[in-house]
Amino acid sequence: MERAKRGQMKVVVVKYNAGNIRSVLFALERIGIKAHVSNVDTEIRSADRVIFPGVGEADSAMRYLKERKLDLLIPTLTQPVLGICLGMQLMCRYSDEGGTPCLGIFDEDVKAFPIGDLKVPQIGWNEIAQLRSPLFEALPERAYMYFVHGYYVDVSGYSIARTNYGFDYSAALRKDNFFAVQFHPERSGGWGEQILKNFIYSKNLNS
Amino acid sequence: MLTKRIIPCLDIKDGKTVKGVNFENIKAVGDPVELASLYAQMNADELVFLDISASNEKRKTLSDLVKQIARVINIPFTVGGGISSIDDVRMLLDSGADKISINTAAVRNPRLISEIAGQFGSQCVVLAIDSKRIGQEDHVFLNGGRIATDIKTINWAREAVSLGAGEILLTSMDHDGTKEGFAIEITRAVSEAVQVPVIASGGAGKMEDFAEVFIQAKADAALAASIFHYKEIDINDLKRYLKQQDIPIRI
Repeated sequence: MERAKRGQMKVVVVKYNAGNIRSVLFALERIGIKAHVSNVDTEIRSADRVIFPGVGEADSAMRYLKERKLDLLIPTLTQPVLGICLGMQLMCRYSDEGGTPCLGIFDEDVKAFPIGDLKVPQIGWNEIAQLRSPLFEALPERAYMYFVHGYYVDVSGYSIARTNYGFDYSAALRKDNFFAVQFHPERSGGWGEQILKNFIYSKNLNS
Repeated sequence: MLTKRIIPCLDIKDGKTVKGVNFENIKAVGDPVELASLYAQMNADELVFLDISASNEKRKTLSDLVKQIARVINIPFTVGGGISSIDDVRMLLDSGADKISINTAAVRNPRLISEIAGQFGSQCVVLAIDSKRIGQEDHVFLNGGRIATDIKTINWAREAVSLGAGEILLTSMDHDGTKEGFAIEITRAVSEAVQVPVIASGGAGKMEDFAEVFIQAKADAALAASIFHYKEIDINDLKRYLKQQDIPIRI
């Protein structure tokens, strides 16, 4: 049963070696949620919401997940799951970063930004657009979010938001109960916090 | 479209902001946490905290402060000053900093850059360079600008990026404190030499200086301290001005 009342939602942030977990915890605290950090199967399974954050490098992150069998757990979760940045990339099939096979939730590959005129990594505030999910309830059609990444995922049927850095690519993905964002809502000001609120409190996530 | 960033810089000593800050609505004068959240509300894109204290208690104080800042502000921030080991970096990132900046220690031991990048990712490694012109060449200076080296700024920027630095924070010592504009030539040279973003620092005095450093020098971000602290330039006014000049800016 949904415990949608403020403060009673059990939110678990997946613990692994790709921090910055603390900024996610603080952002949740600002919207009234005290989350648990865990890499334990039963604790993650019993959560109302699971957040899979991450900054860092794909190959070493996947190795950690495999050592703890989290690579088998995460794709079988049934509650809403939100991947952030590297978390989103790890939910795809394969990453160019370190030639890493990933979790395969989204049948998409993660590619390196082409070498050219653009600075890589992309660091800074960029607009997200074509928002198509209850995850973005109350947001304007274009909103600035903070991005830090050197790899990207193409636009596809999974895309629920796009951004443009030289070309259009996925700013957010969705498949069933799995949501994922390339930017950092925990560091994206008020609209970023709104996305976290929507993820935790929205009753329409299944629509 | 990716926007250019405006970054206020706060100097911290023993947990307090150092430069006299001229905001009447700040209750605890010198409280970095309150100042940081004020800047976040004023639409700053990012913040940099530079710790200039030297006491032995420094690390503990700094990590407590970083936690307090991370708790309150909802925009990214970088912490620098005296970072010389992987343990320093881990402590600051675990406390909630998004990035760390290294300067002297990286010149003394360039491998530090690849070690940090290897463990925490390039995206959190900001290489800070204090640069000064000697004759016709720009050189790297160490220890807060007190020690000259024979390393050319542009060469060091290239090497640091090849080792894994994810961003360059370039301060022109010749321009710092003059309020006569950023160092266009060296900023542009570094920006064109490396593929990672470059943050220009030193010399901001008026709004036109920011437009110049973004357009002429191809900087990705501009950092300033006193003009923001003393309210000589309001961040929102600055951003509106830059937007009018057709520079991509987050309003």
